[in-house]
Amino acid sequence: MAAFITVLFDGVAYGSLLFVISVGMSVTLGLMRFINLAHGAFAMFGGYTACVLAERWGLSMFASLPVVLVGFAAAGAVLERVVYRWVSRTRPLDQVLLTIGIAFIATALAGILWGPDQRHLPRPEALDGQLHVLGVDLGVYRLFLIGMVVVITAALHVLIERTRFGAQLRAAVDRPDTGAGLGIPVNRVFTISFAIGSGLAAVGGVLGVEMLGLDHSFTFTYMVYFLLVVVVGGEGSIIGSAAAAIALGVFDVVGKYYFLSTGAFLIYALMVVLLLIFPHGLIRRGR
Amino acid sequence: MTGRGAAGAVRLPSDRWQIWDTALWLVPVAVYFLFPGYLVLGSQVIITALFALSLDIVIGYAGITSLGHAAFFGLGAYTAGLLAAHGWGELLTGLVCAAVVAAVVGYLTSFLVVRGAALTQLMITLGVGLLLLEIANKATPWTGGANGLSDMTVDKLLGVFRFDLEGRTGYIYSLVVAFAAFVLVRRVVSSPFGLSLRAIREGAARMPALGAPVGRRLVAAFTFAAALAGIAGALLTQTAQVVGLEVLGLQRSATVLIMLVLGGTGRLYGAFIGAGLFMLIQDYFARRDPMYWQLWIGCLLVAVVLVGRGGILGIVDALRARWARRRAP
Repeated sequence: MAAFITVLFDGVAYGSLLFVISVGMSVTLGLMRFINLAHGAFAMFGGYTACVLAERWGLSMFASLPVVLVGFAAAGAVLERVVYRWVSRTRPLDQVLLTIGIAFIATALAGILWGPDQRHLPRPEALDGQLHVLGVDLGVYRLFLIGMVVVITAALHVLIERTRFGAQLRAAVDRPDTGAGLGIPVNRVFTISFAIGSGLAAVGGVLGVEMLGLDHSFTFTYMVYFLLVVVVGGEGSIIGSAAAAIALGVFDVVGKYYFLSTGAFLIYALMVVLLLIFPHGLIRRGR
Repeated sequence: MTGRGAAGAVRLPSDRWQIWDTALWLVPVAVYFLFPGYLVLGSQVIITALFALSLDIVIGYAGITSLGHAAFFGLGAYTAGLLAAHGWGELLTGLVCAAVVAAVVGYLTSFLVVRGAALTQLMITLGVGLLLLEIANKATPWTGGANGLSDMTVDKLLGVFRFDLEGRTGYIYSLVVAFAAFVLVRRVVSSPFGLSLRAIREGAARMPALGAPVGRRLVAAFTFAAALAGIAGALLTQTAQVVGLEVLGLQRSATVLIMLVLGGTGRLYGAFIGAGLFMLIQDYFARRDPMYWQLWIGCLLVAVVLVGRGGILGIVDALRARWARRRAP
């Protein structure tokens, strides 16, 4: 039983990580309806940046988090302005092609800059060790990941549902033209949302170096997982995405631990079945 | 394509052969005589072009977003491979079986695909592709798993022509099958059925009002495309006499999409031009430095989306339209 709880716990921690990385996509894909297959590239470059900071300047993981968050939020804002804006109103196929192109570029750049090997990021000592709770060993690193998810989910939920910015975002997404007519700076709202999402993805990439691994093919390896979180989680629902990410993480880890022979098969089967039952995601935002 | 005649009556698009149709099809024939050292690569180009042609039906005509078309290519490849590995090495029946298997799976998948929006279509096709890849990966006793399936013997083509090392038989075989498929597809897309597909692509909401069953048309198109992709996969197996997991991979789905978009969607020849150019350049560059090759492919895709809508044939069309305007009084 204790072993099962440990596996379950691992799954929740893994799902938490998936959530941090893909929550930005929940806004861009779920709310803004922009299909971004290159979203994982932010996480990948975030991870590489933290590795470089650690190797060159000896920055700890904690110290690099704010740097990465701000840096990649800025990069996301620029990318949104320069490239994505032009295709955000076009056919979905164009978005798919453009972002696959960007994913290819990101993969190649990472390979050229840092080679094909797996990277490692030293874990801060504060996150080493285990806690004994009710006879079960829980890793501090994993507890930390789960804590991050609770904080981020709460913060984003408040941001979207309770603040003026959130109201503007929801209005801009549902009726861009009417929103603009009412004086909402639609483009700026989108840029800021995209920036927040990119920054969070990069943070997730830093946190995930240990658990997800990091090499130049990261963007394509995890593309399906991030898409899955958003599509199953529902249209821009933060809580739905969190639920979907954790369910996905548990399913994947438990599947790999207890049914090794089926491997990733379970996840893909789950995905097709879930999409069949809930074509609009687990939690549908009221319109 | 579709135009009004002098009397104002709406005509079906003509599928009469023009002189440049013949000219384009003479190119692969000329290659056979001029570049006998490149026939193995050549037959791979032809097979990939056929695969891209099948994707053109899905994307360019039916307007379905697919990121898992390799599923059907792989199904065809493994069907032909398993038949050959178990003693059924006859080629044409192998092709038919591959087409049937791919069509059946395509038919079943299509019901999931046609009911969703673009994102759902993307996810379902992606999911089915990955699902099949995992199955092929795990069913080692049947498929050989990651090692692939290579222990197969294929008969002589029509009982006469043996597959040779220079790839001469394979080249002609692929070319003839691809040509037959092309003629069929060309007929289908210029039929009333093909026209209704285009109408659905342009405005699915209006078609039921005209009495066209949107779902059924899309199911038919998707199934037809799956069968063609299966034939392409079977051709690859039969000419190479080996099947590996990469026939089902996401990489293949993405690459064929890139080729098609590069050549131009919804134009049939875009598949051939895109596949030909892409694979020739790839053959030259990728061996030197795969990383930089990926970088250029990425840049090319971004450029096609941002400035070159419609790919190479789209640019050609635009130039021709400009030229025609200039000549008109």
